[in-house]
Amino acid sequence: MVENEHLIDLKNISKEYDGVKVLKDINLYIRKKEFVTLLGPSGCGKTTTLRIIGGFETPTSGELLFEGKEISHLPPYKRRVNTVFQKYALFPHLNVHDNIAFGLKLKKMSKKEIDTKVDAMLDLVNLQGYGKRHVDALSGGQQQRVAIARSLVNEPEVLLLDEPLGALDLKLRKEMQLELKNMQQRLGITFLYVTHDQEEALTMSDTIVVMRDGNILQIGDPKRIYDEPANAFVADFIGESNILKGTMVRDELVEFAGAKFPCVDFGFGENAPVDVVIRPEDIMLVGEDVGQLVGTISSVLFKGVHYEMMIDTGAYTFKVHSTTMQPQGSRVGLNIVPFNIHIMKPMEV
Amino acid sequence: MRYDMSLPWWAWALMGAGLAAFIAMIAVSIRRNSGVKRSLFAAPYTLWMILFTIVPVILIGYYAFTDASGAFTLDNFRNFWDSNYESNKVILDVMGDAGAAYITRGTVNVDTLVYSLWMAFLCTVICLLLGYPAALFMADRNMKLGSSLVVLFIIPMWMNFLLRTIAWMSLLEDSGLINTFLKWLGFDGVQLMYNSQAVLLGMVYNFLPFMVFPIYTVLSKMDYRLSEAAADLGCNSFKTLYKVTLPLSIPGVVSGITMVFMPSVTTFFIPRVLGGGNTMMFGDLIESKFLTEGNWNVGSALSLIMMLLILISLSILRKADPNNDGGGIA
Amino acid sequence: MIKFLKRFYLGIVLVFLYVPILVLIVQSFNAGKSRAKWEGFSLRWYVELFQDERILNALYVTLSIAVLAMIVSTILGTLAAIGIHAMRKRPQALMMTLTNLPNTMPDIVTGISLMLLFIFTKVDRGYLTMLLAHITFDVPYVILSVLPKLKQMNKHCYEAALDLGATPMYALFHVTIPQCKQGIITGAMLAFTLSLDDFTISYFTTSPLVQNLSTLIYSSARKGIDPSLNALSALMFVALLILLLIVNRRTASAD
Repeated sequence: MVENEHLIDLKNISKEYDGVKVLKDINLYIRKKEFVTLLGPSGCGKTTTLRIIGGFETPTSGELLFEGKEISHLPPYKRRVNTVFQKYALFPHLNVHDNIAFGLKLKKMSKKEIDTKVDAMLDLVNLQGYGKRHVDALSGGQQQRVAIARSLVNEPEVLLLDEPLGALDLKLRKEMQLELKNMQQRLGITFLYVTHDQEEALTMSDTIVVMRDGNILQIGDPKRIYDEPANAFVADFIGESNILKGTMVRDELVEFAGAKFPCVDFGFGENAPVDVVIRPEDIMLVGEDVGQLVGTISSVLFKGVHYEMMIDTGAYTFKVHSTTMQPQGSRVGLNIVPFNIHIMKPMEV
Repeated sequence: MRYDMSLPWWAWALMGAGLAAFIAMIAVSIRRNSGVKRSLFAAPYTLWMILFTIVPVILIGYYAFTDASGAFTLDNFRNFWDSNYESNKVILDVMGDAGAAYITRGTVNVDTLVYSLWMAFLCTVICLLLGYPAALFMADRNMKLGSSLVVLFIIPMWMNFLLRTIAWMSLLEDSGLINTFLKWLGFDGVQLMYNSQAVLLGMVYNFLPFMVFPIYTVLSKMDYRLSEAAADLGCNSFKTLYKVTLPLSIPGVVSGITMVFMPSVTTFFIPRVLGGGNTMMFGDLIESKFLTEGNWNVGSALSLIMMLLILISLSILRKADPNNDGGGIA
Repeated sequence: MIKFLKRFYLGIVLVFLYVPILVLIVQSFNAGKSRAKWEGFSLRWYVELFQDERILNALYVTLSIAVLAMIVSTILGTLAAIGIHAMRKRPQALMMTLTNLPNTMPDIVTGISLMLLFIFTKVDRGYLTMLLAHITFDVPYVILSVLPKLKQMNKHCYEAALDLGATPMYALFHVTIPQCKQGIITGAMLAFTLSLDDFTISYFTTSPLVQNLSTLIYSSARKGIDPSLNALSALMFVALLILLLIVNRRTASAD
């Protein structure tokens, strides 16, 4: 990657509050027009990272570069980034039009110019004719759109979004995901998106940054993160997984749940302890006599597209997704093909 | 009409210096980190409070523990306990041990304090008994006029409370409206003024709204579904009141008691008008120590004792409402 | 039936509260000076009111001090509330204790302590000292009505303003203050009425030469109240009532 393509660089950024480290030596770069998602459970430092870029927090140490220039001490109003806040933070004493025009008025634009831009923005977010409405009179989804419009109208280089869809219901959230992604592609603006919803991250992002306890665990595109999680935590957090302790007998042979399995991984050494991750949809149910493992189905749940079954093999209870149902209590065989067995170094906890 | 606004030169200098310091601090912080430190906004207020609240209280403390010459002494507190303390000292000085027979402890101060506390206690109890049902009925969901009724309780407070108290005189006097009415009915006149009951009436009259507001605020914010739930679980309406509404309204009651008890102990106008000087309360005593006798030292000691008593009773009351969510007048 | 009893009870309590006021208003129309005897309807006291230099003077003192104290304490208190809100926990708790202190101090002690301060520093008591005293007891009330509004505010609103290019000062005046407008107004009204109605603290912080209505009434209470004072308070009462109705009307139509 060429250095000058980076729009934002975080170099060894750390942040402490009263002696508690919430960010530990973060290194990250964001390229122009990229959709980057910071993903992790609450308290992992993703929002702090966003607030450092937005200018609401100053890092305890490290450098924050914007187009190669150090900006970590620049106040928010001098940065060319805008933020969409978690609960929108619309100004309750202003109507929709004035909320969107807030930043433009500060740039001393003429009233006519402001009106044109605000109307164009209202078009963009599908809120034509809502200008005179009071913000409290809007639904959650509409408030969300106003918040996005209020930021976008300033034509920021980067739009920072802090769990912007967190307060919406599931259906609306899915719609907004698509809309946001479209908007980003159309406008060609860099998006930095914070969420704890792995599905949201997978559908929208160009790049996902998985964080935990103030560390970055993995950076990569969605497919890579899903298919090749760097460790058991990432695997568990992204999608559902069966995570087992296992032993690498030798290259391309791993032992877990009391059986040996051929796999495609190598280089761990002989008889090395490893974490084994298997996605529930990667386990095939076969006849009792031909399975690599045999177990009893302890519960069956219908999940809409598939059935989720818990299968107890004695050593481990596997979660299995399958489109065909087996009755509870029946004995089945389990098979796993070599490249669906993901082997990773055990996590130091 | 113009009033003299002159202050000693040093007072102006002090104020000027304070203002200049505040502006300088803000200017520096704007310069330094591109934004004003918000907590600095409280600086003028802090200065003001130190000058006009903390320093005056310290002054009271100073006078309470010194004599007229400024030397440290505890005599002022002995004076509280024994109001004849000074004269007894003179007697002993002049007559020696023989004077002991002539010495008596003056109990005026302590008696006045006890009487004030007793009156304030009675006033608080009566206000609570009168005010709680009023607040309860006002907060009733079926009472559509609830919030307008609150305004009706506020309006009388706009009228100068001295005048309102004096108006009671016209009702209670020997030749007042009540007595005139009684005589017209053929009864004998009754002595209604210049006694403890009249003072108590005046106090209840003046402080009742302070009991009603906080209780009403708490009750009206209470989730009405709670009492529905209680009814659902088998409480009759009396039991619901006793087991659900009452316990939940404690914060309001506590804040009401505070707001009635405190001014009751220290009132000095009401006993003077309605008590006609026959009854003296602690507030009168303090006032007369300062303004009539000019004895600041004893007066300060009495003020300190009063403050202490109030702080103690407040901290006891706070225990009943630890979160302090009783809601005030605002 | 129960509903009737409840209303009846409330009615009785309200009658208790309003009887003296009614008496007072009736007296202001009494032709004679006697408190008890009705000597016929007259507007005499209303006419005399506007010729009585002392009463008009006291009215001027009362109103001007109430207005000045309201303005100063609202500015001081709003600034202080913003400052206290931005503080860390410890200093914030300290400031709140300081703010609550005057509330827990009896009026008479506040008045006397200020009197001692003025005498001690050799400042002649009069108009200015009374004004200073009124500001002192008003400010905490302003703070206590503004602070909850600040706490209710979405804390990201201020950040959002900065994010959109506002300087901290601009954000303060265009985002923070408009949002606690309601609290500021409440605080100002509270300050005004408290100052208007104060007797005890004024009594100790002014000289007999500068009297507000309360101290004037007090000093004439024993000799018998000049019925013109009744007339004045009746007028003020009606004025406040009309003000209240207007405010009510406006808030009702705003909804």
